[in-house]
Amino acid sequence: MSPQDGKTRTVDPAPLRADTTGDGILLRSVGHAYGELQTLAGIDLEAAPHSVIGLVGPSGCGKSTLLELLCGLQEASDGEIAVAGATAAEERLARCAFMPQRDLLLPWYPAIDNAALALRNQGMGRREAREAAGALFERFGLAGFEGVRPAELSGGMRQRVAFLRTLVAGKPLLALDEPFAALDAITRAEMQEWLAAALRTDPRTVLLVSHDVEEALYLCDRVAVLSARPARIVAELSAPAPRAEDRDAAVTDPAFVAAREEAMRALREGSA
Amino acid sequence: MRRWLLPLGLIALLFGLWQVASSTGVIADALSLEDFLVPSPVEIAESLWENRSLLAENAWVTLREMLLGILAALVVGIGMAVLMHRWQLIRDAAYPLIVASQTIPIVVIAPILVVWFGYGIAAKILIVALICFFPITVNALDGLRSVDPETVKLMRSLDASRRQRFWRVEAPAALPSLFTGIKIAVVVAPIGAVFAEWSGSSSGLGHLIQSDTAYFQVARQFATVAVLSALALALIGLTALAERRVVTWR
Repeated sequence: MSPQDGKTRTVDPAPLRADTTGDGILLRSVGHAYGELQTLAGIDLEAAPHSVIGLVGPSGCGKSTLLELLCGLQEASDGEIAVAGATAAEERLARCAFMPQRDLLLPWYPAIDNAALALRNQGMGRREAREAAGALFERFGLAGFEGVRPAELSGGMRQRVAFLRTLVAGKPLLALDEPFAALDAITRAEMQEWLAAALRTDPRTVLLVSHDVEEALYLCDRVAVLSARPARIVAELSAPAPRAEDRDAAVTDPAFVAAREEAMRALREGSA
Repeated sequence: MRRWLLPLGLIALLFGLWQVASSTGVIADALSLEDFLVPSPVEIAESLWENRSLLAENAWVTLREMLLGILAALVVGIGMAVLMHRWQLIRDAAYPLIVASQTIPIVVIAPILVVWFGYGIAAKILIVALICFFPITVNALDGLRSVDPETVKLMRSLDASRRQRFWRVEAPAALPSLFTGIKIAVVVAPIGAVFAEWSGSSSGLGHLIQSDTAYFQVARQFATVAVLSALALALIGLTALAERRVVTWR
């Protein structure tokens, strides 16, 4: 889609060609049902490599389900999904790193082993994995906390370790499910700035589920607004200043405020 | 301080009352018994000291039965829990059976097992293991199943194989619950050991209590009970200590 028209987009009806997506993602007419309950209907979504796409929608609309389908944690009932060229669920699973709402750090491992978990699972030795993950601790403001267990870390720090764990997995796609929802307002704003900085230095393809329109518009290049169940995409907006260095200035800019209002309107109409 | 002083004070008070009641003959008179059948705490302590080598010998016999029985229950119980956790089919088939097996009183089954396995230690280990197996299995299984489904999804997304998920997530998550099971097992193990010895044995604390009944050695019986309960307390203490060393993240 072009950055000028923020709202609608037509999907190329050509057959899904996985190789054309690079490190990006492509969803075509994806629908999902739990038994009789239709949760998603006809979702079309596309993300260029290294772009950050937001998904906002009313609670319970199926945002998290969409993320799980994308990551290959569940098989979609309908439609096609491609992540970095892979269409089979097992292959998508290998290309996505999923960050759940709660940090879910393993309490028996120190921060460093939690961060290095994917590397260990991929077969790397403990020392090597610790070195690889530990190299990022300083940049993530976690220096000195390598040996600390999750129970002794603050909420913001736990979330950073959880994000580090997702990043270190080395997957082309990061799937973040309301990563900061559990934090207080100040910490959440700090974490958004922090994530913006992390993505500026280490760009990745990211799909970010959020219930917070402001968060999505600040962090993402584009934001898709979902309707109530069965969820469809009712609007797509381009963010005016994705991941700007000065968050406070960015979110109070008139263009940002207008985009936020538009998203809110779409949300209201979609959940009616 | 308070945690220790209050129960110790209560124990001292109860023993004091007992001492007064038995040395003045109040209890014996009330029950129309000879005085020697109602020993005072001081007499029991004397008996404990006088019979120390006899008690130690028999305590070792019973302790060995309990430890080997608990060990056997741990091996089989954890093995069963892992199998039932891994395969739904095994869980559905075996779980009701395991629960049902607990409805058979150990008192009833002990003599039969002694008939089958003889007066040696094998029958005792089996009986202790039978009584300890249930709390260990059920708690270990609960612990294995306590893992949040979200964590399972996370581990899958982080490329964990089934085996890695077990060793890195499920096994550590099961440990606190497993220790709860072991603590219960340790408390019931002496019951199993005593019933096993009553069903046929020539040594052990249970055997000693039984043979002393015939000779009205009530003071020594109380001394034996004290030793038995000290053994159980020591085992609980050791288990708690081991738990603190192993489950360091709580």
